[in-house]
Order: sequence, then C-alpha cells, then structure tokens
Amino acid sequence: MNAFTVLGELLVLLGTFFYFLSTLGLIRMPDVYNRMQTSTKSATLGSLGVIAGVGIWALGTDFGSAAWLTKTMAIALFLLMTNPISAHALIRAAYKRGIPLWHGSVVDKYAEYLEKSGGDGETPEGGGEE
Amino acid sequence: MIGINVYLILIAIATLLSTYRVFRGPTAVDRLVAVDIMTTITTGLMVLFALYYRRMIFLDVALVYALLAFGGVIAFARYMEGGL
Repeated sequence: MNAFTVLGELLVLLGTFFYFLSTLGLIRMPDVYNRMQTSTKSATLGSLGVIAGVGIWALGTDFGSAAWLTKTMAIALFLLMTNPISAHALIRAAYKRGIPLWHGSVVDKYAEYLEKSGGDGETPEGGGEE
Repeated sequence: MIGINVYLILIAIATLLSTYRVFRGPTAVDRLVAVDIMTTITTGLMVLFALYYRRMIFLDVALVYALLAFGGVIAFARYMEGGL
C-alpha cells in the first residue's frame, strides 16, 4: 500500500464508474444519436481512467515495472485516437440510412449544411477528392 | 482499498446493460452502437485481467483486441452506409 496503488485504484474506480454511466445513457436515451452522444464520450473517458489507472497501480506492486506503464499508455493513446473515429463513422451511417431524429430534437446542423451546399454534401469546401 | 473484484463486478454490470440494448434496439445501428461500447469496455476488462493474473502479456492481447474491434466497427459502419 503506497501512493501508486492508491492513485491507481482511484483512477480505476473513476473509470469503471464512467463505464457504468455510459451504459446507463445507452439504456435511458431516446434515439440513436443521443445514445451515441452519451455513451461514446463517457466510455472513452472511462477507458482512459481504467487503463492509465492499471499502469500506475502496477508500479506500486511487487511484480510491476515501468513496462506496464508504457504498454498501458500505448493502449490508452490508441483508444483515444480511434474511438471518436468509429463513433463518427457509425453515426454518419445512421444518418445516411435515414433514421429519424427524436421528436424533441431542436436542431439539425447536418441537414442545414446539406441544404445550403446544394448537392449531396459529400465533399466539403476545398478537399475530399474521394 | 476496495479491491479489484468490485471493479470487475461494475464492468460486468455495464456489459449486461449494453447487452440489453443489443437485444432491444429498434434499428440495426442501435445494436451496433451497443456492440461498439461493449468492445471498448472489454478492452478495459482485459487490461484489468492483466493486473488480476499478474501477466504482462495480456496487455498485448488488449492492444490487438482494440485494433481488431476498431477495424470491425469501421467495416460495419461502411456496410450500413451502403458503401461496402
């Protein structure tokens, strides 16, 4: 029991609490856009908490070394980069499939953008020659 | 301190809640969102298992699992969009 284990356990507790909150939002929210909004952000934060917490916690144990912290930081950085990309791809697929917004939604910026730009909005200004 | 079992139980509860959304979800994208969250949670679970079993090799398993889950979710999203 030293400072590393205490700090690591606190971070892991925070991360698992945010995991629980993200899936609670997955249950509670009314449509697919709100579910994505609540669950993805807090699951990313929870992953950062759990993974960095394990790395710091392992430093305080008798079997831990600095390689634990390095590897967990690599995993955390990878999740931090890829999780918003997959969320964005999923929600774009949902919009392209024509899943309607919740009836209480007040703003639809992507529809305004498509209406303003005229075409199908596949290419924004000055780029995207796919 | 609280101990690692409590964290494992909290992660199990979170996975069960997202499994409810997988079975319940009205559209296919709802189920896919729930599966995406489950893969993120499973990555954290594997990192916790590495500490639980005191094996550093399980961290490599978690890294490869995160990579494969990212590719799979991107492929499914392209398929839902109609572009695959």
